[in-house]
Amino acid sequence: MSEEQLQRDFQSKLDAEIRIEPKDWMPDDYRKTLIRQISQHAHSEIVGMLPEGNWITRAPSLRRKVALIAKVQDEAGHGLYLYSAMETLGEPRSKAIDDLHSGKAKYSSIFNYPTLTWADMGAIGWLVDGAAIQNQVPLCRTSYGPYARAMVRVCKEESFHQRQGYEIMMELAKGTPAQKAMAQDALNRWWWPSLMMFGPPDKDSKHTAQSMAWKIKRHTNDELRQAFVDKTVPQGEFIGLTFPDKDLKWNEEKGHYDFGDINWDEFYNVIKGNGPCNKERIKARRAAKENGAWVRDAAAAYAKKKQNKSTEKAA
Amino acid sequence: MTNDLLKYVLRRADSELVLGHRMSEWCGHGPELEEDIALINISLDHLGQSRSLYQYAAAVDGEAKTEDHYAFQRNERDFGNFLICELPNGHYGNTIARSFFYDVHSLLFYERLVHSADKTLAAIAEKSLKEVKYHFRHSAEWVIRLGDGTEESHAKMQEAIDEIWTYTGELLTDDELDIEMNKQGIGVLNSSLKDAWYNKVEAVLNEATLKIPEGAYFQTGGKSGIHTEHLGYLLAEMQYLPRQHPEATW
Ligand SMILES: [Fe+2]
Ligand SMILES: [Fe+2]
Repeated sequence: MSEEQLQRDFQSKLDAEIRIEPKDWMPDDYRKTLIRQISQHAHSEIVGMLPEGNWITRAPSLRRKVALIAKVQDEAGHGLYLYSAMETLGEPRSKAIDDLHSGKAKYSSIFNYPTLTWADMGAIGWLVDGAAIQNQVPLCRTSYGPYARAMVRVCKEESFHQRQGYEIMMELAKGTPAQKAMAQDALNRWWWPSLMMFGPPDKDSKHTAQSMAWKIKRHTNDELRQAFVDKTVPQGEFIGLTFPDKDLKWNEEKGHYDFGDINWDEFYNVIKGNGPCNKERIKARRAAKENGAWVRDAAAAYAKKKQNKSTEKAA
Repeated sequence: MTNDLLKYVLRRADSELVLGHRMSEWCGHGPELEEDIALINISLDHLGQSRSLYQYAAAVDGEAKTEDHYAFQRNERDFGNFLICELPNGHYGNTIARSFFYDVHSLLFYERLVHSADKTLAAIAEKSLKEVKYHFRHSAEWVIRLGDGTEESHAKMQEAIDEIWTYTGELLTDDELDIEMNKQGIGVLNSSLKDAWYNKVEAVLNEATLKIPEGAYFQTGGKSGIHTEHLGYLLAEMQYLPRQHPEATW
């Protein structure tokens, strides 16, 4: 088949909302875009284990401790499904991880902020997982089959995380004055970085148009951000917290909240590696890999010995 | 009698909590992603077992106590966990050695505890046993892989086994409370597990091409609240929030 014919087939599948599968022909750039997006997403799950892992040993009740550990475990699982989806595109996990460790691959910049108090476990679940859901629910209908299917599983768990985080915030907000202050402080620190999770404004987003045409993305960054604000603000108000934005108010005419300007300098700085925890996060991931090298080598050596023994027996 | 049972239940709960807490420290730092998930699973099992036991303790105690009271409001000297549970994680081989010795004990212990005259303990044992079988398989397989893997892993694993050996004696001896609870048909004599424990350990170490350590001096004290210096730090970290906010619920 000619390249043109293949291209036409591919496009007609997209038009008919038929999923593209690993064995199907696809344009190189489509493949590359997916590898970039899925690996970034997988890395975000894995790096995202660190800021929350930071509070596992200090969770204030057994119920909270177990729930937090289970949540971080879910994120590890998300990383696994996503790396598997990425591998169906021909990109090995080890290479993607090397790119993360060398700084070539990106991950969600939100995880470069520190978790300073227990309330951050609430704020992250509520806001960060909440924003992740907003981004990810449409991805359950993304055009690449393995990615869409991975996202269905991920989204179920993310909405559970979001509720769990909100519940932590609610408990703090109705607690002692110190607890309430802790919750408010966490909201103040995590609100703006959460809005940045949707990426640069549409006018500056270099990937959005092509990704929409390929039906990888279904909504623009600004649409998703607006939907998140509209959904989240009433939740915060309901538990008596205030948002750190003096321009935030309901716009009757538009049927949406207006909100203030996002500090994009900060966003680009964190992406460039200048966030408060960028270096620590990557250092922790590298250390895990380096400290575990002898363990992985041993497992490989042992598996090989076993295999040799069984082929000897068979011979 | 109630007091004895309470103490007996609590110290088992403490072992599960402290070991589960230690294992949760691996979260995000394991040697590979699949192992991270396995370690977290096991940590969650230990913590789940501790919660069942603390909840039972609260029922026995009858003073409107909760599981969190036992975990967060007691001091170093009140904790009755085995010393082995509180040892720091070290490298992966140290963690595996610690789990392995403990898992062999748990497996044998819960296998007997399912016959306890105390129906609640028997039910907890039954549920735990399913989990512990998996823990044992996981830790034993890693002892074998690391022992019979590379030269480096063999050396590291042997060193880990040798280092931790001194904490295994406590798993196999009884104090007055063990003897009393066994007399009542409620508890299990650790000493009765000794032969089976050695046989299982020896079989795995042999397959792993590792040597059974020769040292015969064993540390004790966990059950009577005489701990290593490590436990104080673990509790300080774990308990700080509820202690800082005594009025709060979470
Ligand atoms: Fe996730
Ligand atoms: Fe999540």
